[in-house]
Amino acid sequence: MYLSENQQSSNICVIGGGIVGLAISLGLLRHGHKVTLLDESDDAFRASRGNFGLVWVQGKGDTQPQYASITRQSASLWKPFASLLQEETGIDIQLEQKGGLYLCLSEQELQARQTMLTKMKQAANHDYPFSTLDLQQVREFFPEAGPEVVGATWCPEDGHLNPLLYLRSMTELFLKRGGKLAHQGRVVNITKQSTDFILTTEKNTTFHCEKVVLTAGLGNKTLAPMVGLNAPVQPNRGQVLVSERVKHFINYPTGHVRQTGEGSVQIGDSKEDVGFNQGTTLEVMAQIASRARKMFPILKDVQLIRAWGALRIMTPDGYPIYEQSESHPGAYLVTCHSGVTLGAFHEGPLADWISNDKFNPAWEVFHANRFSL
Amino acid sequence: MPTDSRFNRQPIRESEAIQVSINGKKVMVQPNDSVAAAILLSGVDVNRKTPVSGKKRAPYCMMGVCFDCLVRVNGEENIQGCMVKVEANMDIQTQDGTRQAIK
Repeated sequence: MYLSENQQSSNICVIGGGIVGLAISLGLLRHGHKVTLLDESDDAFRASRGNFGLVWVQGKGDTQPQYASITRQSASLWKPFASLLQEETGIDIQLEQKGGLYLCLSEQELQARQTMLTKMKQAANHDYPFSTLDLQQVREFFPEAGPEVVGATWCPEDGHLNPLLYLRSMTELFLKRGGKLAHQGRVVNITKQSTDFILTTEKNTTFHCEKVVLTAGLGNKTLAPMVGLNAPVQPNRGQVLVSERVKHFINYPTGHVRQTGEGSVQIGDSKEDVGFNQGTTLEVMAQIASRARKMFPILKDVQLIRAWGALRIMTPDGYPIYEQSESHPGAYLVTCHSGVTLGAFHEGPLADWISNDKFNPAWEVFHANRFSL
Repeated sequence: MPTDSRFNRQPIRESEAIQVSINGKKVMVQPNDSVAAAILLSGVDVNRKTPVSGKKRAPYCMMGVCFDCLVRVNGEENIQGCMVKVEANMDIQTQDGTRQAIK
């Protein structure tokens, strides 16, 4: 149900109705909690509506083995999660996990990736599947790969999905399972009164709960200090181009280009530090289009129909923050950049932690105190 | 050729008609007509079927916004018919489903 206000009915409030907040909320509903999800409004920075849709393993966590580990854990949990969403809502989120390629346009780039992935494989006691392909081998996957492609790294655990259908299916399942969705604007204040948290919104409505989970993306930066937590997140803009629908010719996702279930080619690999600006620029669009054309020259005859900018939610080291407040027990912070890849992990083990307070000690590396050490 | 269109041309200053081909049929049109207008006047009801659900589409907004009037023009697919003016002997064909990027 949708609601405007609750005085005391939920035992957990989740702040932030994007893919991170919804995945956590679904996990909490699975444990039988009453959950209210507070979703800001359409003028919020909706990272969940602008992302690329990769379920990506290769290279994630090259400087943090525990991140590589939860990434792979999530990838392995994705198929049952996607099946559940389809069974319960009838929405096929177009999950495909049959491997992905990271195409390289220079020998140097390919060498650097191979070195990085080799180190990750050593760090994982050789349990880290990847291989390096030359152009001829790339063409076994992509007959259309251009002559400027030097090679690629391949990981059989990579995949992709449709992020908008993912968002929609989770919203529907959340409502179906009795979750309450509130659209009362931003949460402007959180206080604690005896055992209850009291949340106040922009519209001056209040919500009471025993536990509160911060999943508000860039909004976590201001919310976290209200409950004794620290979320030093910064926006990082990515621009995405989308083409007309064409018959499938890119049958595996790549780090830069993928083709959606409907046939649109989606292109995007830009990273810019431009504050809270969600716009697009001709210069960057031209750069990413040019790179994509080198990878797949036939894109020169494919029309682009749409472009957008969206803001990634980046911590200083790019890794997530998972933490319960020491000063305000019952307040949890969950923030990450890879909300799609980590979706199944968030719905599963991470929601289990918030439900039962059994924190896996291996996740202590995701505490925010790493930024002040 | 006789046409069976539900669209009628308003009185205009007539220019010399030019001939185009719509799905192989010869049609006489005015030189300032758009491809989408030519389709509507020719009595062709459906200019494409959508890639995902296969639903029928006809020109709708006539101003470049809705993308429903996509057709094949001189062999090139997914052309917005309302944004292109007819030319003598133009080959206009309706589309079924997704276009091929690889020819």
